[in-house]
Amino acid sequence: MSSVAVIDYGMGNLHSIAKALQHAEPDCEVRVVSTGNDVLNADRVVFPGVGAIRDCMQALNQSGLSSVIAEVAKTKPFLGICLGMQALLTDNEENGHTQTLDIIPGRVVRFPESLQDNDGTILKIPHMGWNQVRQMQHPLWKNIPQDSRFYFVHSYYAKPDNASVIAGTADYPNAFACALAQNNIFAVQFHPEKSQAVGLQLLKNFLHWDGQL
Amino acid sequence: MSLAKRIIPCLDVDNGRVVKGVKFVDIRDAGDPVEIARRYDKEGADEITFLDITATHDNRDTIVHVVEQVASEVFIPLTVGGGIRTLDDIRRMLNAGADKVGINSAAVFNPDFVREAAERFGSQCIVVAIDAKKVSQPDEVNRWEIFTHGGRKGTGIDAVEWALKMVVYGAGEILLTSMDRDGTRIGFDLPLTRAISEAVSVPVIASGGVGCLDHLADGIIEGKADAVLAASIFHFAEFTIQQAKERMAERGIEVRL
Repeated sequence: MSSVAVIDYGMGNLHSIAKALQHAEPDCEVRVVSTGNDVLNADRVVFPGVGAIRDCMQALNQSGLSSVIAEVAKTKPFLGICLGMQALLTDNEENGHTQTLDIIPGRVVRFPESLQDNDGTILKIPHMGWNQVRQMQHPLWKNIPQDSRFYFVHSYYAKPDNASVIAGTADYPNAFACALAQNNIFAVQFHPEKSQAVGLQLLKNFLHWDGQL
Repeated sequence: MSLAKRIIPCLDVDNGRVVKGVKFVDIRDAGDPVEIARRYDKEGADEITFLDITATHDNRDTIVHVVEQVASEVFIPLTVGGGIRTLDDIRRMLNAGADKVGINSAAVFNPDFVREAAERFGSQCIVVAIDAKKVSQPDEVNRWEIFTHGGRKGTGIDAVEWALKMVVYGAGEILLTSMDRDGTRIGFDLPLTRAISEAVSVPVIASGGVGCLDHLADGIIEGKADAVLAASIFHFAEFTIQQAKERMAERGIEVRL
């Protein structure tokens, strides 16, 4: 069975994602890694992250992992999660505009304050909890029912320049891109490692994915 | 298609066993936390909260082991509260597999702790737990105050003002417990829940007083809470989480079924 590298660059706890990957596919070799070589040596790569984008970019740049990520994002099955998805875009309005990796062209913006749902209730930020995801055709959605609920916690969301990279949307209250797909990259705003059965299924699909559409 | 309201079972853990006090005094044993967490996950809990009420510092490691074990097999968000006083306490819980930590008394004694914690670990994992008690007389405008030490010590701090302040300091979520209702099984303090939920921009979890399934729905509909937390009605298998969600759905609330 193949190996998967979970990139550890000091942004959040990777216990859950590593355990969830192992649970989703017991035969897979899950390695939590922090050096470029270890990332390059794995068959596939998971790029997680929580916290603030400026700290995330600082950690990536200081560790030299930015260029490694840019490389493997072109060559290996690659899964970005939460901040690991946001970092793939061009820039982020958090912390007064932060330049990010520019692997998927687009911006990351904050949910506006005082958004209201249909009955006039003010929507809370962060967008936190289980929301439904409308899937576009992609192998990573295999065996996951359309409109399944995944666990989200975020205040910023991706606005890719090219709508064809959108692989899934959720409503809060307007539709926003919560899954992006570009060649061998799949990236999600929600947390598959915290989304119970459907999340584990998505991780399992990733561990069996050859990076082709 | 919209965000579901959450049901969060809470496990009060004392020396590695789940217990549930009535008004924070009487303690009843309800079993093994790992086993109970596993059951709640199967029944469809949206998150699980552990409240460590272990009195002695030496025995605090037990909760770390509980979280580690649960996080290895239950893949939904986990929150740990009780005795979180330092950045190191937070790091320990997050490393054990918790997704969020609840900060209660430490926030009251040193509000800057919340700011430091949010800066270090991100607001998404900082839940400020507020224990509030009504202090106004029946013929006065409602007013609630923050209490510490399991509801025994008043602070003179207004609950709504405190919640607003904690959000400014970086709380990503508020866990609001009515000390008047906790353990009484007569329902949430709905005016308190609504006052806080309408005041703050972050999600509010209602807690304290759930005795039947309709109380959960009331907390969402009338209390305007984003999530509801209950302990004893689930521990003693009176109701399953699935039943609670079905009842909430019947009342028109969006839930994850």
